[in-house]
Amino acid sequence: MPKLGHDPQLTRNGELQHLLTLDGLPKAILEQILDIAEPFTEVAEREVKKLPMLRGKSVFNVFFENSTRTRTTFEIAAKRLSADVINLNVATSSTTKGETLLDTVDNLCAMGADMFVVRHASSGAPYLMAEHLHATNRDHISVVNAGDGRHAHPTQGLLDMYTIRHYKKDFTNLVVAVVGDVLHSRVARSEIAALTTLGVPEVRVIGPKTLLPTGVERMGVRVFHDMNEGLKGVDVVMMLRLQNERMQGALLPSSQEYFKVWGLTPEKLALAKPDAIVLHPGPMNRGVEIDSAVADGQHAVILPQVTFGIAVRMAVMSMLAGG
Amino acid sequence: MKIHIQNGRLVDPANKIDAQRDVFIADGKVVGVGSAPADFNADRIIDASGLVVAPGLIDLAARLREPGFEYRATLESEMEAAMAGGVTSLACPPDTDPPLDEPGLVEMLCFRALSLNCAHVYPIGALTVGLKGESITEMAELIEAGCVAFSQANTPLVDTQVLLRAMQYAATFGFRVWLQPTDPFLGKGGMAHDGEVASRLGLTGIPVETETVALATHLKLAQATGAKLHVTRLSSAAGLALIDQARADGLDVSCDVAAHYLHLCDMDIGYFSPLCHMDPPLRGQRDREALRAGLADGRINAVCSDHTPVDDDAKQMPFGESEVGATGLELLLPLTLKWAHESKVPLMQALARVTSDAAGIMGITKGGHLGVGARADVCVFDAAAERLVTRASLKSQGKNTPFLGISLPGVVRYTLVEGRVMFENEAR
Repeated sequence: MPKLGHDPQLTRNGELQHLLTLDGLPKAILEQILDIAEPFTEVAEREVKKLPMLRGKSVFNVFFENSTRTRTTFEIAAKRLSADVINLNVATSSTTKGETLLDTVDNLCAMGADMFVVRHASSGAPYLMAEHLHATNRDHISVVNAGDGRHAHPTQGLLDMYTIRHYKKDFTNLVVAVVGDVLHSRVARSEIAALTTLGVPEVRVIGPKTLLPTGVERMGVRVFHDMNEGLKGVDVVMMLRLQNERMQGALLPSSQEYFKVWGLTPEKLALAKPDAIVLHPGPMNRGVEIDSAVADGQHAVILPQVTFGIAVRMAVMSMLAGG
Repeated sequence: MKIHIQNGRLVDPANKIDAQRDVFIADGKVVGVGSAPADFNADRIIDASGLVVAPGLIDLAARLREPGFEYRATLESEMEAAMAGGVTSLACPPDTDPPLDEPGLVEMLCFRALSLNCAHVYPIGALTVGLKGESITEMAELIEAGCVAFSQANTPLVDTQVLLRAMQYAATFGFRVWLQPTDPFLGKGGMAHDGEVASRLGLTGIPVETETVALATHLKLAQATGAKLHVTRLSSAAGLALIDQARADGLDVSCDVAAHYLHLCDMDIGYFSPLCHMDPPLRGQRDREALRAGLADGRINAVCSDHTPVDDDAKQMPFGESEVGATGLELLLPLTLKWAHESKVPLMQALARVTSDAAGIMGITKGGHLGVGARADVCVFDAAAERLVTRASLKSQGKNTPFLGISLPGVVRYTLVEGRVMFENEAR
């Protein structure tokens, strides 16, 4: 009934203006990001690991929630593109003094920000920032969602797609299983959106009913509660992190039982295709969602994911900067 | 002051009139309908040709934000909104700060409202002290102070034994108990209707059972205690089905819906619009259709604005952190007309839901109709004209509505309270 604006992450011409979610992002743009990331993987091998695309630009990493890996890889990505990077750990600064999100944004704009990389505990926070920038005629400033609540973690989804494409070449003949706490996972939502957009014919989610969101099947996935059934014949296993605090409510009885039923062990992995790959967004809880023998085994592509993550983030930032 | 409203289409649901009739007003009362009483000399003639003349609207839920939240809205600002919206009587929920749990507070509110000489204000007393759900309030004294019913506003009553006793005590006197069915646990931390939209957006879900589980309890306790139960802000098809069932079992229970639930559903959250953050949450399309149908056939007895002015700072937040609620006093008539038009509900039937039927729920007899002798609370409006909702067009201090930028039918031209013209908008 209210007038819905167009997708706020795209310009009127359908180009990427912000990266907020993979849900609804056109396939062409998804593929474009993966293609642009390709040559960036080689930069790490060079003696001088620098490209000039973001020279003179200021990238503000604004993290309202703690993160090590994502913040660091964004920082590396921005620096490899020659940007000036400013890291703000807002979790411990102004908002605890009562400053609102939009006040923080205004202040950082006044300091000359060209791009925000934002992580926030509330779903939709980056949308609020993007809308505010639009409403205040600052459309030239981009927002990259580095994880918002349970909603989306688009660069993680993209680097996962990059990893799958790297090892499997083609998306259109794959069976992919996403395993674990889908309910609380922004990673899972971005993965599912990207996999279905890229034409994966069968996406499965596996987990207990307490950890699957209502109506998850309408995201275009097949639902399994039995891990052994769900892993049969899959090409890709995408594990999700299980937060320790999930054990405190009534969602799960114990980490031991969780591992027994849904932990990825070599025995369960043997049900997948022989050449299956195992992804994990990190940080891993060994012995909770994944057995060390799998995490360190030959099927795991968890460390390449991290490396590819830098290239993918470089691709996103260079596209947003108009490169 | 004698007023003659001439050439209008009088729609008075209580008296089953929908015809061109003149209305004659003297000393704050309706003194003639159709023909003037003997030696009636109007001091003022209002030409209502092409306009609808209806009883002033009665709103079952309007937060005026006093006492305690004056930075959000004041009686002055919200009374102006009520007049612009044609609302001449309104019930205000007890969730002020402090809550309306003492006769003194209620008297003060009534006194403040009376001194403004605008809409009639009917406070709803707190059912429990501080809305804390631990001990019952001085209901008899609160009624004497001016309350028309008792409620917990949006705060669920956790202790069902206290709820039982509160309903028993209210039933002792025949006092009305208005309850919003919300289970205190099922929707814990919830932000939006637990469905596809919330799942996709990663918003913590509030399942329909939050409403139905609490409602089942309320209906059982009403049956057990004989309390006069009115169910507020129904949000789901399943909730309405429970009410149907209870009625089939012989329970006398009424219910209402807030106007925005007739037009919005969870899909309207779009890209996390905090303007669609409501309590109860906007539910699915099927729920919305059930509410529209239920209101049309009278199973839902009334529509209210659930007017909740919220300041911009509290809305310009990520969805889940933003305050719930929408401003509504000025949209009650337009949204009701829009629903009636789309659902092909006759105007008289539609207006009944915001006038006579609402008056019945509140237990007031002086308002809600325009028979001879009635209080001359009148709303004269142009049913055909549309008006664009903008921040500037809203008199309420709260500009928080999902309908900003949308044209809605129904433009109020005159609002009269006890025969005094309190609002007029001559623009044609």
